[in-house]
Amino acid sequence: MMTIKMKKGSPHIDKIFKYIAIGAGTYVVALVVMLVVNLSTGSVQVWQHEGIGFLTGSDWNSVEGRESYGAFPYIMGTLVNAGIAMLISVPLSFGIAMFLSELSPKLLRTPLAMVVELLAAVPSVIYGLWGLYVFRTYIQDWIEVPLHNLFGDQSIIFAGTPFGLDILTASIVLAIMIVPTIASISREIMIAVPNSQREAAYMLGATKWEAFRLAVLPYSKSGLIGAVILGLGRAVGETMAVTMLIGNTTGAAAIPTSLFQPSQTMASIMANEFAEASQGGLHLAALVGIGLILFIIAFLINVIAHFLVAKVVKSHEGAVLA
Amino acid sequence: MMEIITKIPTKGNANEEIKYKLVAENISASYDGIVTVKNVSMKFRDRAVTALIGPSGCGKTTFLRCLNRMHELTKNATLTGKVLLDGEDLYSNKVDPMINRRKIGMVFQKPNPFPTMSIYDNVACGLRLNGVKDKNILDEVVEGCLKMASLWNEVKGDLKKPGMSLSGGQQQRLCIARALAIQPEVLLMDEPASALDPIATQKIEEMIQELKKEYTIIIVTHNMQQATRVSDYTGFMYLGDLVEFGETKQIFENPRNEITAKYVQGQFG
Amino acid sequence: MITTEQRAEFRKHFRYNIGRRLVLDKIVKGIVFTCVVVAIVPLIAILVNVFSNGAAALTWDFLTQIPGAVGSDTPGGIGPAIQGTVVLIGLSSLIGVPIGVMGGIFLSEYGNNRYGRMIRFLNDVIAEFPTIVIGVFAFVLIVLTIGNFSMWAGSFALSIIMLPIVMRTTEESLKLVPVTYREAGYALGVRKWRVIFTIVLSGARSGLVTGILLAVARIAGETAPLVFTILGSSQFISGLDGPIDALPLRIWRLSSLPYDSAVTQGWGAAFVLIIMVLTINIGVRYIFLRNKEKTFIKFRKQGMVS
Repeated sequence: MMTIKMKKGSPHIDKIFKYIAIGAGTYVVALVVMLVVNLSTGSVQVWQHEGIGFLTGSDWNSVEGRESYGAFPYIMGTLVNAGIAMLISVPLSFGIAMFLSELSPKLLRTPLAMVVELLAAVPSVIYGLWGLYVFRTYIQDWIEVPLHNLFGDQSIIFAGTPFGLDILTASIVLAIMIVPTIASISREIMIAVPNSQREAAYMLGATKWEAFRLAVLPYSKSGLIGAVILGLGRAVGETMAVTMLIGNTTGAAAIPTSLFQPSQTMASIMANEFAEASQGGLHLAALVGIGLILFIIAFLINVIAHFLVAKVVKSHEGAVLA
Repeated sequence: MMEIITKIPTKGNANEEIKYKLVAENISASYDGIVTVKNVSMKFRDRAVTALIGPSGCGKTTFLRCLNRMHELTKNATLTGKVLLDGEDLYSNKVDPMINRRKIGMVFQKPNPFPTMSIYDNVACGLRLNGVKDKNILDEVVEGCLKMASLWNEVKGDLKKPGMSLSGGQQQRLCIARALAIQPEVLLMDEPASALDPIATQKIEEMIQELKKEYTIIIVTHNMQQATRVSDYTGFMYLGDLVEFGETKQIFENPRNEITAKYVQGQFG
Repeated sequence: MITTEQRAEFRKHFRYNIGRRLVLDKIVKGIVFTCVVVAIVPLIAILVNVFSNGAAALTWDFLTQIPGAVGSDTPGGIGPAIQGTVVLIGLSSLIGVPIGVMGGIFLSEYGNNRYGRMIRFLNDVIAEFPTIVIGVFAFVLIVLTIGNFSMWAGSFALSIIMLPIVMRTTEESLKLVPVTYREAGYALGVRKWRVIFTIVLSGARSGLVTGILLAVARIAGETAPLVFTILGSSQFISGLDGPIDALPLRIWRLSSLPYDSAVTQGWGAAFVLIIMVLTINIGVRYIFLRNKEKTFIKFRKQGMVS
């Protein structure tokens, strides 16, 4: 006979344990609430000073006595930069996801999925460094200069001296950075389509592509849109690489018109100007205010994405491993 | 040693020339390294129902999936042998599998309509895929196929409704209509009634009787009563081997093999 | 019912266009394959550049010395940055791991209700917050309140980034432990907290460790939140207060300097950082995949899963 000795413990411990667990969960709620409160109180000065003009104004002047702050150029810079990055990365990511879920030979599947994951693991600042020292010169010599020579200053989107530190470079590197996000989630979503759907399409005499179009794509549509929006969320909030590559101008000059023009995003102006802003000043409040706007935009994007993806893929990081 | 009886029986007038629509020669198949079909050869008669019976795991479904090159879509699948459709090898390197799959319709064990498509589109999508554009023809075929699948009366009012809104039995009949729409010559059915209630099952069995006037039908079933009711020929598979193949009546009433006898008497399964 | 004549008539309308469809299929496959190549090229380029340029900078002094004066002949090293990153990882884990694990336990054991779903949702949303916003938050909450930049503010910010990853992997791995494990514990009359800690946590260990290590790899490379919280420094840590340095922050500062020596040092620091991050990532994936199979086999042997 085996005897089992185990302390039963008092029932109170179970309760305490439960409350600690609930407390840890509540910490998450508290974080979000505190975040909103702190960003609001931290930026209240600038809202009082500028009013709604903080959203629509283009001035950016931190000289004491003539202080004026408008976030409009950076909101535009963020949207344009993220938008171009999405245009490049979405088709690329869907291609990768389709290859991994539908076409890849078994031998290639795991290593390739791993490569995609590793792309996501490379820190942002290293993308920035690589973009600054390596990629920039290629973009400048091979793409920007020829395009500029071909279309000249008359063409709006190719106007300006191609310098390499501009919207185009920043958004291409940003695109490379969000490919893994969109690709790995899309892959999960495509894999989640039951094989019986594909078989039904093949039975009708479909080619691989037709089976994908007929059985996989409609089935996973909402999840794929969610993956794209999640990628957009990443693109909007991405800071370091963009800060290092976008050229960093302020004020109305940062409103994007040309691809070859230096600009500024909400994240990059916060990173760039933070060191210059004195504590307690309006300048700092303006930067925190931009943080609040960025938070709201990112929050909305993520909530939408969450509802579209959550149905299909339960957990991103956990699922990628499994 | 097990005696494998693969002599193909004749039915009716012995002088009548027998036409074999589909011929499987020496099919061996495996997946994940497990051999599930061992060197099976069978000939399927045109305009007749052939049933494949056997205990679960005997390889009957795998064998069926070899007949329209569906097996090779399975993970880690291997396959050797030949399948001749009207004398033409399906597994010839020269032809893409898609070319012959459309001649061989298939109904799966679980109903799998396309969830985002309407009832109409579920049936019509195979036609559109194969280049039918004429709206009148599409309407005509959809109606005809739904009638053949004895679903028309239940859905004729709401063809625009999603296919997933139907009950399980209706969904399965919708899948049959979808398979019929591409005008196949052979119809493969993998336990089409296993997930259905008795009434839906009866409808499908009646439909098979009707369809057999036009098609070569091969049906996998674990239900022996069903095999006796619907089929003209029966093949009994056990552990990947084709143990016995003959007229359904003979297999059930006068089996030549000991294992077949035990199986049809319900001593194992 | 469709008659034979009708069938023959229908068949006339089939225009299979097989050639065209197969060509289209090939084109799509070609495009898709190109996508894969295009995505892999940058990764290879980054790795090659970082390794070849960074290796040149690596010396013992580089890894251990403080940075020299800007533009001077003695470039110095990145010692404080490496120290700072290690300290930050340690402190953030100290905050993030216990809360994350307990939060994960909450989600998997007590979270099957509305409150649990809300927390799961917020957790997912926090995981995708722009990290710079988290940095600003920590700045307003801690730096502005206390009055100086510190490793604490940095660790707090990084722990927020860690938290959702740890929480989610804890929940996922707890859910993988078969119910029979728990039931066996309850049947013996063991209290729930003990069942969770002894039986459940040991069964879910490998998944948990994976989550923590991935979270560490993630925060090791984070830069944006540090800009607002630790500010950067060129000295080793001397006390609990005051600015400190970290590897990613150092890389960023170096990249804005116009000297050749700064460029070399930047690559060197990137080399050290990427080795850290990729070692954890590749190692974790390798170990996890192996363990997962082992765990599965273990459970199967005991008849826990079929």
